[in-house]
Amino acid sequence: MADFEPKIVAFLCNWCAYAGADLAGVSRLQYPSNLRTVRVMCSGRVDPVFIVKAFKQGCDGVLVSG
Amino acid sequence: MALPSEYDQGFSQRKAIYKKYAQAIPGAFVVQKTEKAPCRMACPAGINIQGYVQMVKQGKYKEALEIIMEDLPLPGVLGRVCPHGCEDACRRCEVDEPLAIRDLKRLAADKCDPRDVDIQCMPERDEKVAIIGSGPAGLSAAYHLARKGVKSVIYEALPKAGGMLRVGIPEHRLPRDVLDKDIEVITNLGVEIKTNTPLCSDLTIDDLLKQGNKAVYIAIGAHKGIELGIPGEKANGVRQGVDFLREVNLTGKTDVGKKVAIIGGGNVAIDVARCAVRLGADEVSIVYRRTRNEMPAWEEEINAAEEEGIEITYLSAPQEILIENGQVTGLRCIKMELSDKDSSGRRRPVPIPGSEYDIEIDQLIPAIGQRPDLSALEDIAGMEFSKWGTTEVDSITYETGREGVFAGGDVQTGPWVAIGAVAAGKEAAESIIRYIDGRDMAEGREPIDREDPVYRPIPKNAKQEARAKMPELALEDRKGSFREVELGYDEDTGQAEAGRCLNCSYCCECYQCVDVCGPKAVTLETHAEIPENMELNVGSVILAPGFKPFDPSRFDHYNYMKHPNVITSIEFERILSATGPTMGHLVRMSDKKEPKKIAWFQCVGSRDLNRCDHSYCSSVCCMYSVKEAVVAREHAGGDLDCAIFYMDMRTHGKDFEKFYDNAKDKHGVRFIRSRVHTVDPVRDSDDLEIRYVTEDGEIVTETFDQIVLSVGLEISPEVIELARRLDIDLTETNFSKAEGFNPVATSRQGIYTCGAFQGPKDIPESVMEASSAACSAGIKLASARGTLVKEKVFPDEKDVTKESPKIGVFVCNCGINIGGIADVPAIAKYTKSLPHVEYVEENLFTCSQDTQDKMMEVVREKGLNRVVVAACTPRTHEPLFQETIRNAGLNPYLFEMANIRNQCTWVHANDKEKATEKGKDLVRMAVARASLLDPIKELSVGVEKSALVIGGGVAGMTAALSLADQGYPAAIVEKDSELGGSAKDVSKTWKGQDVQEFLSELIQKVKKHADITVITDSEVTDAKGFVGNFDTTVTGNGKETNVQHGVTIVATGGCAAETDEYLYGKNPNVTRWHDLENDPGRLEDAKSVVFIQCVGSRDNHRPYCSRICCTASILQAISIKEKHPDTAVYIIYRDIRTYGERELHYKKARELGVIFIRYSLDNKPVVKEVDGGLEVTVFDPILQKNLQIRTDLLNLATAIEPVKNDKLAGFYKLPLNEENFFMEAHAKLRPVEFASDGIFLCGLAHYPKAMDESIAQAMAAASRAVTVLSKDSIQVSPLVSQIDADKCIGCGLCEEICAFSAIVLEEVEGSGLRAKNISASCKGCGLCASSCPQKAIDMLHFKDQQIVAAVIAAV
Repeated sequence: MADFEPKIVAFLCNWCAYAGADLAGVSRLQYPSNLRTVRVMCSGRVDPVFIVKAFKQGCDGVLVSG
Repeated sequence: MALPSEYDQGFSQRKAIYKKYAQAIPGAFVVQKTEKAPCRMACPAGINIQGYVQMVKQGKYKEALEIIMEDLPLPGVLGRVCPHGCEDACRRCEVDEPLAIRDLKRLAADKCDPRDVDIQCMPERDEKVAIIGSGPAGLSAAYHLARKGVKSVIYEALPKAGGMLRVGIPEHRLPRDVLDKDIEVITNLGVEIKTNTPLCSDLTIDDLLKQGNKAVYIAIGAHKGIELGIPGEKANGVRQGVDFLREVNLTGKTDVGKKVAIIGGGNVAIDVARCAVRLGADEVSIVYRRTRNEMPAWEEEINAAEEEGIEITYLSAPQEILIENGQVTGLRCIKMELSDKDSSGRRRPVPIPGSEYDIEIDQLIPAIGQRPDLSALEDIAGMEFSKWGTTEVDSITYETGREGVFAGGDVQTGPWVAIGAVAAGKEAAESIIRYIDGRDMAEGREPIDREDPVYRPIPKNAKQEARAKMPELALEDRKGSFREVELGYDEDTGQAEAGRCLNCSYCCECYQCVDVCGPKAVTLETHAEIPENMELNVGSVILAPGFKPFDPSRFDHYNYMKHPNVITSIEFERILSATGPTMGHLVRMSDKKEPKKIAWFQCVGSRDLNRCDHSYCSSVCCMYSVKEAVVAREHAGGDLDCAIFYMDMRTHGKDFEKFYDNAKDKHGVRFIRSRVHTVDPVRDSDDLEIRYVTEDGEIVTETFDQIVLSVGLEISPEVIELARRLDIDLTETNFSKAEGFNPVATSRQGIYTCGAFQGPKDIPESVMEASSAACSAGIKLASARGTLVKEKVFPDEKDVTKESPKIGVFVCNCGINIGGIADVPAIAKYTKSLPHVEYVEENLFTCSQDTQDKMMEVVREKGLNRVVVAACTPRTHEPLFQETIRNAGLNPYLFEMANIRNQCTWVHANDKEKATEKGKDLVRMAVARASLLDPIKELSVGVEKSALVIGGGVAGMTAALSLADQGYPAAIVEKDSELGGSAKDVSKTWKGQDVQEFLSELIQKVKKHADITVITDSEVTDAKGFVGNFDTTVTGNGKETNVQHGVTIVATGGCAAETDEYLYGKNPNVTRWHDLENDPGRLEDAKSVVFIQCVGSRDNHRPYCSRICCTASILQAISIKEKHPDTAVYIIYRDIRTYGERELHYKKARELGVIFIRYSLDNKPVVKEVDGGLEVTVFDPILQKNLQIRTDLLNLATAIEPVKNDKLAGFYKLPLNEENFFMEAHAKLRPVEFASDGIFLCGLAHYPKAMDESIAQAMAAASRAVTVLSKDSIQVSPLVSQIDADKCIGCGLCEEICAFSAIVLEEVEGSGLRAKNISASCKGCGLCASSCPQKAIDMLHFKDQQIVAAVIAAV
């Protein structure tokens, strides 16, 4: 497990979490590069189907943040 | 150069070129500059001293020389012999000692050969110029002429070049190789030096001009010694100092006696003396007629001479040279004394009669001064000479009376410093070039006198650091040797010395930023920009200059300046900030340890007339301290003891009381009612000990890791000055003085104000006032609205729906922000392999204007129909690129961004490979999504240009009037039969204005206004519609009316709550609020009046502060005391919350003898009827006992509560908080708006507030409403829901969950109910789409398949 590199898809709300991810950049906070972000206009937009789709594609984790 | 970052309160550093903070708007860098530094101003040649000192500090010696040699071609020489007038001007003197500027110049020249510096010259010209004399003036003129493209020939009388530098300064001060190298810098530019070629009858100025020289520059110096004028000067053994030095310096030797006396007190005298020692004289003495204080020689030279054994006799003058056989044998001197000051400002020496004495010598060297040898100049036609034997020239151009002939250096000034000659040579070069070109020689060269230049303030915490000592040749090595005495700094010493520079003018103008700026945004031209005066034609002015945090450094007892762990609350904010100097990691400054105990001291610089002249309350400090304590505990993970020391806790803002309660009850923040007097550092630790008295009188000593001073708000002297210039009246505490009932008006018509300048206040109120100021200005300017608007025209949109995707991808380097970490060429190469990608390019900055132009061109040329930019974040840059592709004829929604900077390279800076891989993935996702994007039509709705104001109190009427005065009709719905609302009960404002008079005027204005309809005795009974198009049903007087309006303003108001406490309703002498003051007769015979505060406020039922009651009771108390001084008045309170300048009333009430007694919620006062009167029992915490107060009257400050709002909230879907007040969209940023567009809020329906605050909020609501009403149509985001009516089964789930009423169910004939979206109300959140069981709803631009495509591409 030591070299396990999870693939994580993140659904981020444009107004808060996505802005937060931008601010993390502005603040030069460093975190692992495993996240692939999908911007949505609200975390309420995230249909459970999207999450299932991500797992079916082989992703190891899904983050919905908003 | 590093300067303390203001943004981080000095905890981190920034450069002189900087951006204020990461999110600053505008997001541009600025260069901070002031006047040229005092050292540079003091330098005759104007050398950019600060610039080269900063380069030396960084070890950039070549860059340092480049800066020096802009003005001075002889860095090695002047680095040794310059008398450094600059150091006298150095502001470091105010801290300790001046910077060793000259020695730093020398270090640069020691570490980098000046001959290696690339000197920029203009293209060579044909004209020739002759220069007479190769001293510093001649060399400098030749150098600067060469840089301007003109080659000159220097004619030198002596066998070697250098003038006085060569023959006047001995080698132990200026080694010959240094001089030779510096001269070579000039000859390397093509300047020819002809030695042994004096100006004489064979070579006259006329000859030179005839030979084709366009101009001649005379710089022959002052080489002729001045005689003493005493008997015996012709004897053997008497020699002029300059002649002596010339021979020594040219040949290395000369005749020296055994006992040598030198007359004079300047550097020449010292040089001669030190040479004589080196040439083997046994006894060398200097005779000087004044004292050491008046001696013109440099202090360090005098010291060196003494060290080398030279005896200096002060206050002595030669009278006669004693001669035997024509040879000097002695000198008769006379003692002198100093009398009054002479013309040079020095005290004049006078001989003491009879004090003659003889000394035995065999050589006498007078060195009392030099003058120019004018023999070769006397015959030149037009030349004139001064009475001091120098040439006369024009003071600016240096031209002599003879056209084309210029003069400078010692021949013009008399003996002066080398740097002065260098400066003169530079000026002459400028004149000569202009003369050759036939231009005005004087234009623009008048010296500019700067009065009171403003420099960077000397840092208060500047530490004293000793000036670096120059290492010197050991004394024993000096005899018989001309080796250089001063050895020069080593690099470490020199760089540390350079570090002492205070950077007086901020930017040092090293122009390193110009060299590295790729996009050429910083250039010499932008650097040269200076403040410009602009004249703007305006109809109104809004002053929002803000406040200055109080500076507690004047309070010694808090140890703020001395102890790093005593900081201000503003500094503490930065420590708590994720973007702050510690990235939000809570540490104290002294040792970076995580503190375990922090104390806050309230009212530092507020409510304190004695120590800081600020008698007002700063309003915001209690709340921010509670917030800081709670946030600090969150950061520290709970293991932190926070204690707030306060006088009255003033959390009077909306929802603030609940926050305060939570801080106490949930977070365990300790609140200690005590004012701490002193802070003492704990010995052998970085902790701090404080002593305070608890409420019950106990003295407690406690130790804290860190102390935060909750500093107040004050108006800065600059703003006070601005107000004076604008002729604006200020209050006694320097805040803007509002006029009349408009809280944002100033004493001057047309000038409005907002924010802390109006009075200390927090963000929500500042934002509200900002909008009210805009409203006030808008009313005045209503007729000009829209007159300056220019409409933008776009080309027709290309139809791409039938084309397959052709995607262009632009990958941005963002300077080095992306390209410095991720492999951008690799990403670009990979992108080319992705499906539908037609075109890929890399840009240094994709957002630059030239790239935008290129992008438009590429879109058209390649026929692209989708564009992807891989760069920063769409949140800031999407609109820019969308506009670009729109300009290229594409629908703006055919655009997508891949965020490879903020969410990739910036956060994975340490793993370049992974950042590159993630970058590729993000681009792949963006391309996948882009290929499925559809064009979307912009969405706009028409606007009904009128307002409905619900509530006819002061807030509602003000809002309606503010709209109608700007030309927008308004209808007021009032449930009562009369306008006026709760203001009908109030007699005076806290500023003493008559409310009833104002109210009746306001009602008249409203009633008379043609654009205002008043509907009384009516209520809103239904509402439909959305921004721009509301349809409200108003019912009253037995009929129902429908009002069409574009905006809604909710101003339903509030009232004083009823109570059954304290015998209210049972005893006629227990009254409420204004009952008492509105019935003044009751007070006539009253011996005592008691007020009880917080009746029904700040308890479990209403956990909020009613904000206005403390001030209201105090005003009543003052009024009673003023009319009936003998009546005892008591105010029984929990915390007195007279925020802002209301505090002055509290102070006045105490002065008038009103007695204030504090009670707590768990020990409320008890009221009984006794003997026909009332008795109030209250526990006095100071006396620690119960008091019984017999009183005639008891007045209760009951809570202010909103009217019942639930029905109205239902009609418009407006949120209410737990206490039934309406909830604004954002407490701070949108304080008068609801989350639903087009609906605004003001007055007591929002929260209890004073009348001026209600008026401000009402005008703010009107101002925000005008942003809607002023438009013919409103652009709304077209990213809305799309309903497929065929799939819809009418279940209504979407309608139910939509928070914005943007979906309604409508009967469709034959199908039953079907969902229908109202695009204008839709916020595009997509909750409906993800909840629809039938998948009948999709979101434009965020369609299921577009999102899924990105998800698939992600993995």
